[in-house]
This record gives sequence, C-alpha cells and structure tokens, in this order.
Amino acid sequence: MAMKIGNENFSDRVGKGINNSFMRGAVSGAQDSIGARRLNAVEELGNWEEWRSHGEEIRQHVLENLDYYLEQLSDNIAKRGGHVFFAATPEEANDYIRGVIKKKDAKKVVKSKSMVTEEINLNASLEEIGCEVIETDLGEYILQVDDHDPPSHLVAPALHKNREQVREVFTEKLGYKKSSDPTELAQHAREMLRQDYLTADVGITGCNFAVAETGSFALVTNEGNADLVTSLPQTQITVMGMERLVPTFEELEVLVSMLTRSAVGQKLPSYVTVLTGPREELDVDGPEEFHLVVIDNGRSRILGTEFQSVLQCIRCAACLNACPVYRHVGGHSYGSIYSGPIGAVLSPLLGGYDEYKELPYASTLCGACSEVCPVKIPLHDLLHKHRQVIVEKEGKAPVSEKLLMKAFGLGAASPKLYKWGSKLAPSAMNPFTSDDKISKGPGPLKAWTDIRDFPAPSKERFRDWYKNRDKGGNQS
Amino acid sequence: MKVTLFATCLVDMFQSDVGKATVEVLERLGCEIDFPESQVCCGQPAYNSGYVKESKEAMKKMIDTFADAEYVVSPSGSCAYMFHEYQHVFKGDPIWEPKARKLAEKTYELTQFIVDVLKIEDVGARLEGKATYHTSCHMTRLLGVQKAPMILLNHVKGLDFTELPGKEQCCGFGGTFSVKMAQISEQMVDEKVQHVEETEAQYLIGADAGCLMNIGGRINRQGKPIKVMHIAEILNSR
Repeated sequence: MAMKIGNENFSDRVGKGINNSFMRGAVSGAQDSIGARRLNAVEELGNWEEWRSHGEEIRQHVLENLDYYLEQLSDNIAKRGGHVFFAATPEEANDYIRGVIKKKDAKKVVKSKSMVTEEINLNASLEEIGCEVIETDLGEYILQVDDHDPPSHLVAPALHKNREQVREVFTEKLGYKKSSDPTELAQHAREMLRQDYLTADVGITGCNFAVAETGSFALVTNEGNADLVTSLPQTQITVMGMERLVPTFEELEVLVSMLTRSAVGQKLPSYVTVLTGPREELDVDGPEEFHLVVIDNGRSRILGTEFQSVLQCIRCAACLNACPVYRHVGGHSYGSIYSGPIGAVLSPLLGGYDEYKELPYASTLCGACSEVCPVKIPLHDLLHKHRQVIVEKEGKAPVSEKLLMKAFGLGAASPKLYKWGSKLAPSAMNPFTSDDKISKGPGPLKAWTDIRDFPAPSKERFRDWYKNRDKGGNQS
Repeated sequence: MKVTLFATCLVDMFQSDVGKATVEVLERLGCEIDFPESQVCCGQPAYNSGYVKESKEAMKKMIDTFADAEYVVSPSGSCAYMFHEYQHVFKGDPIWEPKARKLAEKTYELTQFIVDVLKIEDVGARLEGKATYHTSCHMTRLLGVQKAPMILLNHVKGLDFTELPGKEQCCGFGGTFSVKMAQISEQMVDEKVQHVEETEAQYLIGADAGCLMNIGGRINRQGKPIKVMHIAEILNSR
C-alpha cells in the first residue's frame, strides 16, 4: 500500500464515507471520548501552553539542524555496529531492505506499526520477492488479514471497523470460531501472532523518535508487540522518516509525554521501548544485526519552504480527533494514508497537487486542528497557503471560480461598484425570492440552496437606513 | 466615545436589522456612531479561497477607510478577525504593514468591545425564552473572544440559557467551503441543527452573520420552530 489509497475521485470517496453510517458513528464516538480524555490529560499538567511552546521549540530546533543531528545519529549507530542507509525515494528504501532480506535468505518478517513503511509500500515490495510479512499491531493485523484494507486513522488504523466486522474477517480468513467479544478476538490474534514472532527471520519497526546523542530509537506502543519484534528475530530493520529525531533523552521524555497525552489522553503508554543498535556482549536478547533506513521521499524539498512546520509533526493524530470534516467523511475519503488535517497538508506536498488538490479545500479553516496540535503546527494556515499555491502558482483553480474572484476583486475594491451592485441585488434576486428567502438560487448559489435557504437581500440596505436616519427620517 | 462601525457586507446587504441593532445598542451605551460609506467587503471570501492578490485591493480600501477611526467595531467575529489578519497579509510591506497593524490594534468584535473597552457587562436587555449560543470558530479560536458574549448573555433578563452540546464544532459554513464542499457542509450543519434541537431552545444566538446564515438557512429549510438571532438583536431587546 503506497501513500495513495483507492482509485475513486474525491467526491465519490467523500460520498461513500458520508453514507457509511457505521464508520461515522465509530469516528464521532472516538472523537468525543478521545477528545475528552485528551483535554483531561493536557489540563492536568497545568501549563499545557508552555509545554506546547517547548514542544514546538524542540521540533523547530531539530528541523533547523537536521543535517547535524542525522549525521550524529548515523555516526552513533555505526559506532555500535549498526548500518544506516539514507533513501531518497521509496524505491531506494525498498531495494535496500529487499537486499537485506535476500542476504539473510529471510522468509518471514514481523512488523510493528509504521506509517512510513505504508508510505513507501514496503509490504508489497517484500511480498513480491516471496517474503511473508506479518503486521503485529492489532489494528494493522486486522486490516492486513482483511485483504490489506487501508488504515483510516494515524493511531487507530482500524477505527472504521466494529467488532462484528472483525469477527467476520477472522472467521473467513483465519478459521476463527468464537464470539465477537474483543477479549476473545484479541486472544486469537495473540495466539496466531505468537508463532509468527518465534519463526520470523527479520523484525521491521517504524520509529517514533530517534535519539541523535546515543544512536537510539524509541517506539511507543500499548500492546508490547514492538518488544517482541525487536527482541526475537536475529535481524532488525528500523524505518524512519528523516525528520523524526530528537537531540537527547531529555527531549525524548518531553515529546513522548506530549505524544501519548495528545494521541489517546494517556499520561504514559503501556510500553516505551528504547533500543540502541545490535545486541552487545552482555545483552540477553536483541538482534545480531541492525539496520536503520532513513526515508526522505520529498521531505527535504519541504525544508526551508513556507510549509516546513509540517515536518514538526509527531503523528499523534490529535488533529484528526478534533477535525469536524474528518468526523463526517472518515479517513479513507482523503485518498491518502495520511488523513485528517495533517494529511490534507502533507499529502499534496509528498504526493503532488494533481493527486491531492481537493484536500486543502476540505476544511472550513475553523482552526480546531491548530488549537490541539501539541507542537503548534499552524495547520489551518498551511491549508490556506496550499490554496494560495493552487490558485497563484499551480493555476489549478476552476476558470469559473477565477472569474468570480476577479469580479470580486474589482467589486470589493471599488466602493462605487460595491454600492451599485448591492443596491441592485434585491431586484436582481427578485425572480428567485419568495417570503424573504431564496429556495432555488441561480449559478453558484445553487450549491447553497440545494441544502439551505438563502436570505433575500434586505429591501433596505443597512447603509441606506443609516443615511436616512442621519437625515432624521428613520430615527428610532 | 466615538465608534466607527464596520458593518460587514453580509449585514449591509442581507441582515440590515443586525446593523440597526448594533447601532442602537452602542448608542444606548453612550457611543457616538460613525459609518463611513466607502466601506466594502473585508476581502475574506477571496482571501480564504486562495485569491490573495485579488483580495489585497479590498483590504487596502478598508485600511484607508478606517484610518482615522478611534475604535472600529464589527458585529462579526470572523470579519473583525480579518482586520487582524491584514498585518500578516502585508508582512514586509513598508507602507501597508504598519497601517494594517494600526487597524488591528483598534478593531474589536461587538461583544468584546462592550465588555473589554466599555467595561459593561449588563446592557439592560430583556428577552423571555429558552436560548442557546453558537460559538463561532474564527471569533473564538482566532480572534480569541470567548467570554464576552457569555458575560453579556448571562445578564439578559428572562433568558433561560442552555449550553450547546458540541459547541466547539464548526457549523460547516467556512465561506466558500459551504458551496465548494456542499456535501460535507450539509453533514456538519445537520449535526449542528440537531444539537440546537437537543437544547429545546427557542432562540439560537450567534455573533457571526456567516454562521447564522448557514445554520439559519438549514433550520428554515427543515421548517424547525427555532428563531435565529444575532447577539446584537438580543442585546437590543427590551
């Protein structure tokens, strides 16, 4: 699965999302409960805004000195006997990882949750060379078993499925015979996965944060699956987006705390797993061989531009959980594994405007996303910047809209034109008006009146009332 | 105190009653009102759609129009916020950036002006009935006006007030979003109307003409017995 999901156009995807009443119930329920938990978890700190500023400062500092910290990270991993590969493209990353798999003659890979491996379509690339790939995060496992259904949420990838649907998938694909009780379902997945951990040749993980100072990397999970992925297989490959690092453990502590509070309203997750290179002499477990693959895939193109702050993201999904648009359309509507406000900003940057030109408009610019972002990414401002680029640089706006806006520019900038236009409006709208409202509007108004009434222009404009009143005509 | 009214194009053309109520409330509170005729639209529809170049001319007109004002007051959180946004639009422009900053410093949304500048919490209004209030996103999050409307509404005699469930959620207006992404907007406004109904309010109050036109338009289309009122009209009820 690459970054892009599905082949339908934006409007069809949205229509499908809106008609999926189960998904909408699940998403709005999750938004309400996670939203409340998040608020409690951040408010109990007492000075959340200071934390946010600190989080932003850490992330900005890393981005400003990214080359330095990447080199430090790479040197420290090499010192511990690990291998580091910088991949400019998904193809380079996949080729390198396939090379390691082939060299090890590996037949089975277990994976912990990683969005960046979805971005580069790693699983398909490994399956092509006959390697079995098993996702061990429960949500990702369910999706994989269900014929690679794409994730619809950054943190809860199977949010769009309920337990009945999970039972059906397990029954059909895994011969499951028990109930839809979540404990029984999870138990079954555990039993299946346990064998896979023990027999896998290679473990692949994502990376929540790499620590430059020590060459370590940290994984945040609630299931403990990453511990098994990183301790049982002899070879380990970690894949990280090139911006996902912190200078030292001090910053790691700050960001992990902010990540879990923002993501699910937890003070701490069940597991924070920190690993540093391959197994050393006195270690009781861990891989004999360690590879870190650092993915660029368009990120360095974003550095230094007006969109740089998008790289501050720590993938907590708080913006998805607060977004009123995501609430109604769900993750698959975005057509990208990166959904919600962060997806609407990031997807056009990584995947291009041709593919994702609608996403920046799928927002009312209400600012709910920017308000909850723990590292203060001005998400709604970036969506607005995208619109400006689409109109002014890419020239991808519809012609009718361009003309309308040109007319707007002329009309709004000229008090005379504005005055005449607004004076004529009531009579121009007369044929469409009844009972002081317009129920079936012409032109661009139609999209409005398909859903709601539009008010008829006031018979007396405010400015006319004011003027007459000055003359003493309307004094109340 | 001299107040220069920035009525907004929606109020000027479609909701002149809101403009009248604004004038009357402010006058009752001792303000002298000025309404410069050369005011046009603040440029927000074009600006938010990405047509920054097209909207700049309107912005310059507005900056000039209000250059001599002591206080600029607007009965719309979103449009007042737009005046605050101008300084960012003209960032780096040696002439217009300082002018825009000056405009931002003296521009207030109506309730913000009454509470923060006039220091009045009870305007002496009275309205019998059950009401709820829609917090507009731009006014609340971007302009940062959260308490003022509630302070004023709490002092309206006879008003039985219930908080709107999911009040932090956008109503689905979003300017051109409402027509460009109509199918999504419809779902958002439907949930908003449903929440308003849950409060059993007779009056839905708001402080932004755009949101009220959206929610009100949907309420009317569905024939629900809920009256949509601008907060200026509530404060002007006696």
